[in-house]
Amino acid sequence: MHTLPRIIHLAVRLTVSAVVLSLSLSAPAGANPFEHRLANGLRVIVKEDRRAPTAVHIVWYRAGSMDEVNGTTGVAHLLEHMMFKGTPAIGAGEFSRLVAAAGGNDNAFTDRDYTAYFQQVPKRQLEQMMELEADRMRHLTLDPKEFEQEIKVVMEERRLRTDDQPQAALFEQLHAAAFQAHPYRAPVIGWMNDLEAMSVEDARDWYERWYVPNNACVVIVGDVEHQEVFALAEKYYGPLAARPLPARKPQVEPAQAGVRRLVFKAPADLPVLLMAYKVPVLRDVENDVDPYALEMLAAILDGHEAARFSRRLVREQRLAVSAGADYDVAARGPGLFYLRGSPAAGHTRADLEAGFRAEITRLVRDGVDDDELARAKAQLVAGEIYKRDSMFAQALEISQLEASGIPYRQNGRMIEKLQAVTAREVQAAARRYFVDDGLTVAELDPQPLPESPRRPQIETRH
Amino acid sequence: MKMIPCPRALGALLLAVSCNVAVAGPVIEHWVAPSGARVYFVENHALPMLDLRVDFPAGSASDPAGKPGLASLTHVLLDLGAEGMDENAIANRLADLGAQVSGGVDRDRASVSLRTLSARETRDAALDVFRTMLCAPVFPADVFEREKARNVAALKESLTRPDTIVSRAFWAALYPDHAYGRSATPASIEAISRDELERFYREHYGAGGASLTIVGDIGRNEAEALAQKLTEKLPVAAGASPSGVAPGLPAGGEQRIAHPAAQAHVLIGLPALKRGDPDFFALQVGNYTLGGGGFVSRLMREVRDKRGFAYSVYSGFVPLMQPGPFLIGLQTRKEQADEALRVTRETLARFLAEGPAEAELQAAKQYLSGSFPLRLDSNGELVDNVAAIGFYGLPLDYLDTYMDKVEEVTATEVRAAFARRIRRENLVTVVVGGTDR
Repeated sequence: MHTLPRIIHLAVRLTVSAVVLSLSLSAPAGANPFEHRLANGLRVIVKEDRRAPTAVHIVWYRAGSMDEVNGTTGVAHLLEHMMFKGTPAIGAGEFSRLVAAAGGNDNAFTDRDYTAYFQQVPKRQLEQMMELEADRMRHLTLDPKEFEQEIKVVMEERRLRTDDQPQAALFEQLHAAAFQAHPYRAPVIGWMNDLEAMSVEDARDWYERWYVPNNACVVIVGDVEHQEVFALAEKYYGPLAARPLPARKPQVEPAQAGVRRLVFKAPADLPVLLMAYKVPVLRDVENDVDPYALEMLAAILDGHEAARFSRRLVREQRLAVSAGADYDVAARGPGLFYLRGSPAAGHTRADLEAGFRAEITRLVRDGVDDDELARAKAQLVAGEIYKRDSMFAQALEISQLEASGIPYRQNGRMIEKLQAVTAREVQAAARRYFVDDGLTVAELDPQPLPESPRRPQIETRH
Repeated sequence: MKMIPCPRALGALLLAVSCNVAVAGPVIEHWVAPSGARVYFVENHALPMLDLRVDFPAGSASDPAGKPGLASLTHVLLDLGAEGMDENAIANRLADLGAQVSGGVDRDRASVSLRTLSARETRDAALDVFRTMLCAPVFPADVFEREKARNVAALKESLTRPDTIVSRAFWAALYPDHAYGRSATPASIEAISRDELERFYREHYGAGGASLTIVGDIGRNEAEALAQKLTEKLPVAAGASPSGVAPGLPAGGEQRIAHPAAQAHVLIGLPALKRGDPDFFALQVGNYTLGGGGFVSRLMREVRDKRGFAYSVYSGFVPLMQPGPFLIGLQTRKEQADEALRVTRETLARFLAEGPAEAELQAAKQYLSGSFPLRLDSNGELVDNVAAIGFYGLPLDYLDTYMDKVEEVTATEVRAAFARRIRRENLVTVVVGGTDR
């Protein structure tokens, strides 16, 4: 049970955003994957993949940290933890025990845009997984005693993954500065004081509000027959009643006008520089242009070991020990294009920022080479094949696209659009968005660790 | 190859444990190429892709005395310049083909992997690049200096992290007189010369020690030709690995290292298990109950569920060429570190005394054998499993017999195996952060 803060998603930019090209080309419309909507509004998407006798089952709810309000940040993630703490039918901790007894693995994650629960099981166990997920979709106990322990676990998780991780904490700071109105400003795991003040009633409110079939989607990939899966979905999820969802406020981020800067101090050795530009994300698969150009740009800057940032800033100029770029094309909320790096010994954060800026100037002035673009596209095509090696990656991709509001059926079209991106479009996107008015800069200023006199080597325990 | 100079211990370790598991598996064909390389092949045409992985006995345990970091740095330089191609040419050609090169270094192994589309023209072009970097690396002097500096920078950063500090101290305490206990320092990396890199490569990347794993869309005849072509120009090397010496058992005890982090990081363990050891199955089944079984282990229940002490608490065995660690790990708010440590030790002591209850034993078997298909349901997982079988010389039917061997384990055997391997007087505890005593 853990959060996947966006910083983790950033690392898999190309795999996150896309599709199965050859499937989309070879399969007629309406075929695999198959989709069915129950009367209560629950959507079921099934992708048949018969490579191994296993299945992946994901249930996700369109409720992530971006649906939270001030004072209860982190409640989406806390509820995710509580989902393993039992229903009247299944005791606390029994869920995972039953999955394990079935030879399965289970876990869950909370994202800014959605919350997902998944199991990977031998295919004959899929039915039991659906029964278990349907049960906790509406019948969660939310025992105050369990809550008291679990909120402590979540605070430990925050210490482990953010408070004691300077680079993760730096991203948290960056988002809090880049976004002022939009809830992307708050961390998925929540601010510590909100966790300290959280009550089981907060969790219950969240559950009652969002955990309904008409706010959920079931995604199954594996060695299954879709009609049988649809029948099982009717049997287990069908009886759950739909309820109206609360209105979602748009919370549009006001236009930024001027660069924002912050410095964050933490015990560390290596300085870090993050530069984040406000950019659009994909909303209209057919008519958008810039998001595709930005995605190809990220691949040109950081798609392989000799991509621009690595080649020029690390290898040639030796300004940085690392230099990269990240962009998520699909998201419910507003987009950022990140540049990130650490200066090499003898260089400062300011030197590295100047290096990034020089690269941007060059990009805006000269554009990108055709062979750089072709290379990024070759990697994209190969990546579409490699992705099919993992059923879980395929199920996750469908979930992420849908959670972002992009129909998974348009996957193939997205790939076509990416392959059609021109050097001129890439240059135009760089010129349009890499401007100071939409820039937030966050710097990690490393602080030496206090002198740590070591205890005598090994003491005998008493 | 992007690598962090010192292995991110915990994640990598536990992976090694779980990778080891599997059963009624794929057909593994095995032969020795004329070059001397051992080849392990699984034919699979489901997807138009091919995976290769070469493992060399060139892990960090092969670092010469006084030169920790050499194995890792040698591996980093492999794809940064080869006969006729500079580092950018290598990366660009691979990217043009949609091919991916990756790799890693652990205590025993240095591995280099290629994933490529299997269409003949693409595949052959990718293999040409891969072969050249494996067989004819040039270790350019300026690239060497740059990568050394990057390694040092990454290591210095990592030495501020409590998870790195605890892991290094733990390995050092477990293996005080053995290569497994050594870790690179900024000074030891600074002291490495390019000549030493070349020599290390010549001595450790020979075909005779190489184990090549091939999985994917290719036939046997082509695989044989490929294997020979890929390995025939590797250096002629003998290369005995210092990990061939068995470590002794450490004096048990507790070490505390100050750190300002909010959480204390704790590791408890001792050298316990090598690859191919007959106790492996009893220990694996037992460990599921103790702390290997994800959300359903005793440690998880006592430390996390009942008391909210930690987000992550686990136990595991890391089988290596020589006895690798048994370890328990957790992180907890530093003010409660002693209490969490006490609960953890009690949980271990109780398990050592009692072994698993019959219901726990059954649950472990249900999971370990029931989940067998999940461990082999992608080419990526097959490559890792088959590579471990090949490198460590495990029986070729290892995957086929795994499930039966799990089923045969009794509670008595678990208790006896744990009693043999986990001697409490040899248990080492390292706590980084936390309150000083």
